[in-house]
Amino acid sequence: MIEMVHVKKSFGAVSVLKDMSLRVPRGGVVALIGPSGSGKSTLLRCLNLLTLPDSGAIRVGESTMDFSNGDKLPRDRELAAFRARTGMVFQNFNLFPHMSTLQNVMEGPVTVLKVQAEAARATALGLLEKVGLKDKADVTPDKLSGGQKQRVAIARALAMKPQVMLFDEATSALDPELVGEVLAVVRQLAAEGMTMVLVTHEMAFAREVADTVVFMRDGIVVEEGPARQVIDAPRDPATRAFLSHFHRSGLPAAVVAGS
Amino acid sequence: MHYDWSFGFLLQYSRVIGVGAAYTIGFTVLTAVTGFAVGCVVAIASLSNLRFVSAPLVMLVEVFRCTPVLVQLVWIYYALPVLIGVELSPAVAAFVALSLYGGAFYSEIIRGGIVSVDVGQWDAGRALGMRRFDLMKRIVMPQALKRMIPPLVNQAVLQLKNTSLLSVLAVPDLLYQGQLITSATYRPLETYTMIAVIYFIILFPMTRVARVLEARLAR
Repeated sequence: MIEMVHVKKSFGAVSVLKDMSLRVPRGGVVALIGPSGSGKSTLLRCLNLLTLPDSGAIRVGESTMDFSNGDKLPRDRELAAFRARTGMVFQNFNLFPHMSTLQNVMEGPVTVLKVQAEAARATALGLLEKVGLKDKADVTPDKLSGGQKQRVAIARALAMKPQVMLFDEATSALDPELVGEVLAVVRQLAAEGMTMVLVTHEMAFAREVADTVVFMRDGIVVEEGPARQVIDAPRDPATRAFLSHFHRSGLPAAVVAGS
Repeated sequence: MHYDWSFGFLLQYSRVIGVGAAYTIGFTVLTAVTGFAVGCVVAIASLSNLRFVSAPLVMLVEVFRCTPVLVQLVWIYYALPVLIGVELSPAVAAFVALSLYGGAFYSEIIRGGIVSVDVGQWDAGRALGMRRFDLMKRIVMPQALKRMIPPLVNQAVLQLKNTSLLSVLAVPDLLYQGQLITSATYRPLETYTMIAVIYFIILFPMTRVARVLEARLAR
């Protein structure tokens, strides 16, 4: 469903992605883990072209964007059409503060897909119900808790009926007691067979929900494999060192004992 | 020093004063609207990645910001016709000068307002698949406009005061009408006092409104 081939990206002199390739099958859930600055957020932003790769190619579903002939950048219309097929959830929610919760969820379908307002409203209400926030439809985002904001943001992304969902550290800005409600929604999406890529620091969650875990460092993939194997029994010393920070707090004791 | 104040004679000039006030307010509204439109275009163009569009516009803005509006007024009325070979009426010259001068300042306010919108908002709009125009119209501008209102009102206050320079080109604004009355009655003290009071009566509520808006939007 998603394919990233030989993607490179530099910001000035800093090479953030060095020849990255990634495949996510339909219904697959991939968790990207790694220290900050490893390039995982950049990778995610390349998948929906919020960041344009310097070279390589990105495919989502049927549409491919090729950056191998570097000088010709895609036009606004092509970029917009490509992005409309992926849903993205941000660390800082980025809800539209001048709109109600319901309007936030309706905005994509109405403005981009030109769906009739009444139909969009019905869909949006359904999605708010799905994330447990139907009663908050008419309030503005500043009245919501962090966990509620993020659930609205997920509903907003889902309203575009995306082929894939991208989560950029969706729980990192949340108070610990609010993380669970957001993860529950993501877990439900995984169960429904949504294709997803998650950048996350929730190792226990990655182990549970993802089928593949990719450990990145300095713009390259250090280790990639089935989630349980990479997290419970990492082969690479760098992966092991990184995960050791989490074993103390992030995973059940039995898992730590098992590794 | 003793002076016999007497404002009574001004009553017979109420029509003249009315015309002056109408010109002052009319020119303010007209040049504020066109100036805002000019400012929008310049702001959006100067934010674009196209250097050959933004560079000359930024230069033009600097020219209008760094020369006195009186010099611009006189230059456009007396000098520009030599270049383009078309006589401009005083009113047209004044309109052009004040619109461009206002536009230069509005563009900076608008640019600042747009830049102040969190990059996350742009990301969120783009991620939904919005195109540039929709992103501006639906997401960025509504948030930016809110922040621009207080400085825009302040600029409009300045704009109104600047219309007093129209008198130099014999456009019958408030100040020019005051000069007419003075030369007919030889009573500058009462006349110019009244002119000042009229400016104050128009502008004081505007600055109050700006204050209230600022306080309300800061919350």
